[in-house]
Amino acid sequence: MSTIAQKRGFASTIWDYLTTVDHKKIAILYLIAGGFFFLLGGIEAMLIRIQLAVPNNDFVSAGFYNELLTMHGTTMIFLAAMPLLLGFMNAIMPLQIGARDVAFPFINALGFWLFFFGGVFLNLSWFLGGAPDAGWTSYASLSLASEGHGIDFYALGLQISGFGTLMGGINFLVTIINMRAPGMTYMRMPLFTWTTFVASALILFAFPPLTASIFMLTFDRMFGANFFNVAAGGNTIIWEHFFWIFGHPEVYILILPAFGIFSEIFATFSRKRLFGYSSMVFATVLIGFLGFMVWAHHMFTVGLGPVANAIFAVATMAIAVPTGIKIFNWLLTIWGGSIKFTVPMIYAVAFIPSFVMGGVTGVMQAAAPADYQYHDSYFIVAHFHYVIVGGVVLALLAGTHFYWPKMFGTMLSEKIGKFTFFFFFVGFHLTFFVQHFLGLMGMPRRVWTFLPGQGLDTGNLVSSVGAAFMAIGVVSLLVNIVITTMKNERVGNDPWGDGRTLEWALPSPAPFYNFKQLPLVRGLDAYWLEKMEGKDTLTPAEPIGDIHMPNPSFVPVVISFGLFVAAFGAMYQVDDKPWAIPVLIIGLAITFGAMLYRSIKDDHGFHIHKEDLMEDDDDNKGVKA
Amino acid sequence: MKNRLSKWRLMSVFAALALVLSGCGEPFLSTLTPAGEVAYQQYDLMILSTVIMVAVIVVVTIIFVLAITRFRRKKGEEDKIPKQVEGSHTLEIVWTVIPIVLLLILAVPTVIMTFDQADVKAMDEEPNEEGVRDALVVNVRASLYWWEFEYPDYGVITSQELVVPTDQKVYFNLIASDVKHSFWIPAAGGKMDTNTDNVNKFWLEFDSEKADEANNLFYGKCAELCGPSHALMDFKVETKSQEDFQAWLNAMQSAEEVAPADTAAAQGQQIFEQSCLSCHAVTPQDGRPEQARLAPNLATFGERSRIAGILDHNEEELKNWIRDPEQYKPGNKMTGTYQELSEEELDQLASYLMSLKVEEK
Amino acid sequence: MNADEKYTPQTWPEGPERATLEGKNKFLGFWFFLGGETVLFASLFATYIALKDKVPSPDHALAKDLFELPLVFVMTMLLLTSSLTSVYAMYHLKNYDFKKMQLWLVITVLLGLGFLGCEIYEFVHYYHAFDHTFTSSAFGSAFYTLTGFHGAHVIFGLAWFIALIVRNAGRGLNLYNAPKFYVASLYWHFIDVVWVFIFTVVYLMGMVG
Repeated sequence: MSTIAQKRGFASTIWDYLTTVDHKKIAILYLIAGGFFFLLGGIEAMLIRIQLAVPNNDFVSAGFYNELLTMHGTTMIFLAAMPLLLGFMNAIMPLQIGARDVAFPFINALGFWLFFFGGVFLNLSWFLGGAPDAGWTSYASLSLASEGHGIDFYALGLQISGFGTLMGGINFLVTIINMRAPGMTYMRMPLFTWTTFVASALILFAFPPLTASIFMLTFDRMFGANFFNVAAGGNTIIWEHFFWIFGHPEVYILILPAFGIFSEIFATFSRKRLFGYSSMVFATVLIGFLGFMVWAHHMFTVGLGPVANAIFAVATMAIAVPTGIKIFNWLLTIWGGSIKFTVPMIYAVAFIPSFVMGGVTGVMQAAAPADYQYHDSYFIVAHFHYVIVGGVVLALLAGTHFYWPKMFGTMLSEKIGKFTFFFFFVGFHLTFFVQHFLGLMGMPRRVWTFLPGQGLDTGNLVSSVGAAFMAIGVVSLLVNIVITTMKNERVGNDPWGDGRTLEWALPSPAPFYNFKQLPLVRGLDAYWLEKMEGKDTLTPAEPIGDIHMPNPSFVPVVISFGLFVAAFGAMYQVDDKPWAIPVLIIGLAITFGAMLYRSIKDDHGFHIHKEDLMEDDDDNKGVKA
Repeated sequence: MKNRLSKWRLMSVFAALALVLSGCGEPFLSTLTPAGEVAYQQYDLMILSTVIMVAVIVVVTIIFVLAITRFRRKKGEEDKIPKQVEGSHTLEIVWTVIPIVLLLILAVPTVIMTFDQADVKAMDEEPNEEGVRDALVVNVRASLYWWEFEYPDYGVITSQELVVPTDQKVYFNLIASDVKHSFWIPAAGGKMDTNTDNVNKFWLEFDSEKADEANNLFYGKCAELCGPSHALMDFKVETKSQEDFQAWLNAMQSAEEVAPADTAAAQGQQIFEQSCLSCHAVTPQDGRPEQARLAPNLATFGERSRIAGILDHNEEELKNWIRDPEQYKPGNKMTGTYQELSEEELDQLASYLMSLKVEEK
Repeated sequence: MNADEKYTPQTWPEGPERATLEGKNKFLGFWFFLGGETVLFASLFATYIALKDKVPSPDHALAKDLFELPLVFVMTMLLLTSSLTSVYAMYHLKNYDFKKMQLWLVITVLLGLGFLGCEIYEFVHYYHAFDHTFTSSAFGSAFYTLTGFHGAHVIFGLAWFIALIVRNAGRGLNLYNAPKFYVASLYWHFIDVVWVFIFTVVYLMGMVG
């Protein structure tokens, strides 16, 4: 098995990634695919800001603009932010709990490929008659009225990638419950693991309502059902409820892992234990729980009545409390620490004021009557970009710098990293701060253009300039990645010098079996505890023995591809194409056939033998633990 | 109440000054220049929440700045291991309780106003023998991309420009006829969705002083994505004193079809009857059911401030609009419903349309 | 563990479905999956309740016109019994009695097929007698989606059982396939529980109006 590090041909590397069930490689796949979609969503955002830079602009047409705004939102949420976070969860969480792999390596791969094919399907809409154009929320009356196949791409693409996300969530839940190393009790788990756990639980319970409502949308648009057809007794508000019963927890699915990443970074670069660990855990769980109770605050203007509005207003305000707990605990983690301003830490530090600003506007919107003004205006656009860019995207950038050495064995340049940070951060505030006021001054969101003479010109121009700054930042990150990959200076197990959790005890990158011997965890920040006792390896919990590993498999790709094919059939049978129904059947046959194959073919995996592990020690001096 | 309000309004000036921007937006459009009871309440709530939240931001920022400046890792301290603190129960309680108190301060007025602003009991009162209620009720119907305003107690219909009296509550029934829209007059108060499923009800009020500042013409917007021309689904709100409003209603009720003033207009009327009348009505008392009212009522067209809600109100723009509506409002329902008109016909049609007035101005 | 290891009733572990780490993971993961499924069906139930009897015109059949107790009662009995027989099968799984387990699973499948036959008959009947279809009204869409999702689960469950029965017929029980049988029977119980709710919410509450 030590030959795994040998250089191989390009084709065999591709094949390796197509069939991999190794969580670290799946993480890289998530990072590449999610990064690609992030760039795509970014380009869409740039086109939006160019269009809105001046009043009465006609840089893009009205219909195309609606496609851009829909695809920007959908791509960023479903195909960029969430997969990138799933990537970090895959890369780091199993290492943090001292596991050799996730609970379901096969399903892990399947989750990725479903997401990938769903995302590709959704984006093929650009070339096949037009993208979806009813907003990422795709409210039913408009999404039923929308012509062409755009909304069909939305429904089927999200359905496929949603299945993948759901599987990822179940996988992480079971991994965290069943696969922890000896001594890794729940209250010794690093915060990133905790947030992964809670976010996974949210995925498990939030995605099914989306699945159900997307099925209804699919049936309405493609199979003649009448769920949202008012004339036939349907009701469009059902869609809004389901979308937000999913949509609000979705926000926490994104932000909680981001909180987790920042918690790790704060502790690491303050060289200090996370302040108030147990209340941080409590706050995480509470946020996850409350996240399900507040969906109707997205629907204050729908006319649900004052009782519903008042209840949901107060419930929403309640979420501010655990979030506040988190903010203050982070501040107290820094307080009294020994802060080193590395690039990840700079992002983390910048995150606090940015996110607080996004958070407080959230509380302002919880005040329902005031929200009648904010709702669907640029104030909302400003708010959620402050939360998602100022929270999630900063965390993704911080995590990229922080975990890059653990994933790839080389550091990103700190110098270019600071350049990236500067442009991105300044651009972010320039773009979105002014949008609060545009909204208050009467600019509705999702407008293709605006007329001059309404006092909205300056603000929009400022916002567009800011977007250009952000673009420069992102490009410089790409440059950074290319340069450092070319240089490829290898680093050891703890390149930051202040690593606290188990992953930093492993070589960078970790061997494919992660831990030669499972570690014995003796407290929070297990690796830090060992370092404080003067050791630089973990205490093993078992003697060296054979390690059981799963076999690689191409079946996940086949299962996902089958659904991808079936989706085309489902979509084009509306146009009475003679080949559509056969394609639908063939696609489903591929999927279920592959599942059957997987079910009846015994796959016992393989063992890495003790002797090979010992040999590995000589080749790879980094293997500790 | 008023005193407290003015104090908060001062605070807002202070907040707004902190901006790079100039002022609070336009008085006919901005939520920061509230022009009626609902908008006042909402503005007060906005300011109250802003003040609380700015206080939170300030506290966090102070701790934050102190922390990152005081605890930098300095030269010579590379090996320093700070004390590993577990946490503090006292502090946890402090930063749990204080936010709860702050939120309660915000929650109480929120709940009160939520109920206050949803109070539309006056709409259900018994009408008098003429079928007129004390409360002024307007039925708003949103369609791709235009607005219809019906005064059901008076049998009057108008489009694109809502006319309301100042200093009294105006109640609205809201519905959409095709896809969901949202009815928003930022300066007068928050929005309410026009659903396809059900009628929503709410009220607004327009303050005469503030209306003066806005030249008695507020801007209204569609606030829910409804298709390509969502951005262009504007309407206007003309405010009148209560007497003027009554006079306007009377004029609308008794208005008859305008007789063309000259031959051009007469020709125009003929063209209109051939090409336009199946959708557009030219009298305010349109007895057809709403499904048949496919396009804006044009009875007051000559008095409007905008064409199609967005273009300047003159014959040139009117002809441009009729020539190719698609160019100005992509995806509208008017394009292609009538045969192409010659330049001469356009001139005649425009002069006819511009003569459609109910009140002389 | 050695997956192909042969056991006797004496050496067969207490909880064979959770004797290995893989089994334990599968067991827990499947419970989570059923949690997600529960939310999915809850969503469909909520939709059905919201759209019950929502039809475009008064000449459409409503719930009280459609449903008849005898057929639904038979269906309920078939499915409940099949749940019981799958419990017997799991009982024999724990006792390492492969033949009896297979037998009870076959009976379970037959009962499930009976249920499916009744459901197909029911749908055809609604179509012919009432013109109540998937596309005729919002009520129809919601009804057929809820019951249809359940029916699709039944089909999937039956296919799963059949695949397991056939695949393992020649080689008996081991710790590799025991969790597979166990999880399939969990799925079958879930289907049964959902049906109990459908029976109550759709049929009983539908008949009282």
